[in-house]
Amino acid sequence: MKKEIPLTIAFLLGIWMILENFMPGIPWVNYTKTVITNGGIIIMAFTWILGLYSIIHVNWGKIRRGQDVVPKVALLLALATMISLGFVWGHTEGTPFNWLYMNLYVPLQATMFSLLAFYIASAAFRAFRARSMEASLLLICATLVMMGRIPMGEKIWSAFPAISDWIMNFPNLAGKRAILIGAALGAISTGLRVILGLERSYLGGE
Amino acid sequence: MNALARLLERFLSLDRRWIFLLMAVCILFPLLKPIGLPFSTDPAVEDLYEAIENLRPGDLVLISCDYDPGSKPELQPFTEALFVHLFRKKLLVVVNCLWPAAPPLVNEAIEKALTRDDVDESFYVLNEAYVNLGYKDGRQLVMLGMGQDIHETYPRTHDGTPVSQVPLMNQVRRLADSDLFVNVSGGSPGTKEWVEVAQGRFGMTMVASCTAVMAPDNIPYYESGQLVGLAGGMKGSADYESLVGVKGTATQGMDAQSFGHLLIILFILLGNVAYFMTRKKGIR
Repeated sequence: MKKEIPLTIAFLLGIWMILENFMPGIPWVNYTKTVITNGGIIIMAFTWILGLYSIIHVNWGKIRRGQDVVPKVALLLALATMISLGFVWGHTEGTPFNWLYMNLYVPLQATMFSLLAFYIASAAFRAFRARSMEASLLLICATLVMMGRIPMGEKIWSAFPAISDWIMNFPNLAGKRAILIGAALGAISTGLRVILGLERSYLGGE
Repeated sequence: MNALARLLERFLSLDRRWIFLLMAVCILFPLLKPIGLPFSTDPAVEDLYEAIENLRPGDLVLISCDYDPGSKPELQPFTEALFVHLFRKKLLVVVNCLWPAAPPLVNEAIEKALTRDDVDESFYVLNEAYVNLGYKDGRQLVMLGMGQDIHETYPRTHDGTPVSQVPLMNQVRRLADSDLFVNVSGGSPGTKEWVEVAQGRFGMTMVASCTAVMAPDNIPYYESGQLVGLAGGMKGSADYESLVGVKGTATQGMDAQSFGHLLIILFILLGNVAYFMTRKKGIR
């Protein structure tokens, strides 16, 4: 029953989703759609509880074993602080939660992402080599697109934006469409395999 | 020759802290001393601007702000200019978020727009002319739910008011009740998923703003007409700011982006020249 019940649920909900999408006129499908959609949202909300348990369990275990104690303690303290502040004073403007969010979380996350510019510059210098025909093509296209996306490039040569747009709208578009169509066909195939019970890895790595 | 070879070898093994320092200078200098280089606007952003410009006062715009502070430099300028544009045209606005860290950024953008002289602040009473529904987990299920019944999916607004008591929400029951759908996206769930649901499923007229990394993925939707306008990255936000007439942080950031890109291109060129010269000499 450990396998049969989840497989039956996946089959029934999969069929329901297909009917809801392609035959929206069926009365019982219409009647149940709000219930099933809200049910899905509730299940996803519960995954936060699972995530919370997991983060505490994993990090607490490492603290007890003496691995990376300082960052793990900081993580758990930050977690406890934000949850407590949110529960006690709420999260709207003017609350301690909102203050910490705007003055700590926002700058920290923005800083983390801004570091990418430095690493990209370093990687461009060390790794972006015209070793083959494909790599050379990539390098030339990347340079042209970068030049076309900045005012300085436009100032140097007014044709850069048009060249950049052409690269994005033709070769890039053709490649992206091929990937999208391939991915969509793959998703349909995987979806059917899950609905029919042929794909069972979600049950626990069969 | 040996001296040149040694020099090239030393150049190729340049300490990356020098590269970081150069990049910091290239970004900081134009931010502190803006040059204000002119730039032309992207046709996809012009289409986005036109889609909003064609709406009439009182029309309803639904916005999903799906990003977090990591994408703030690229997307927040767009969101701020968007609210200025919508508020100046006296459009009714409903905002929701599928990313947990987005609602405070939305509030910040709304407040900034409301302080402008060209926006009638008295018209924009919270929950009467605009609503922030806040964050809801559930990804595509929330999108589907909003297509069916927003009141069921979002029983309360971000400030905790029951949606049934919000006057503006009496006009909006589902996605299709709005005249335009705008998605500001920093990743997944974002533009791709909204195109599948809001546009593909419910036939919404949709425009989007996304990060530069996502723009190549979303161009096919613009070219196919599923998105009637698209603003990609900081350049897209700067283009939109310029069309709306707001001189925001994206426009200021374009100089820094110019110098940053030029430095990266310079590093690519120098790295390749040194690589080929050392290879020719049989050093590597």
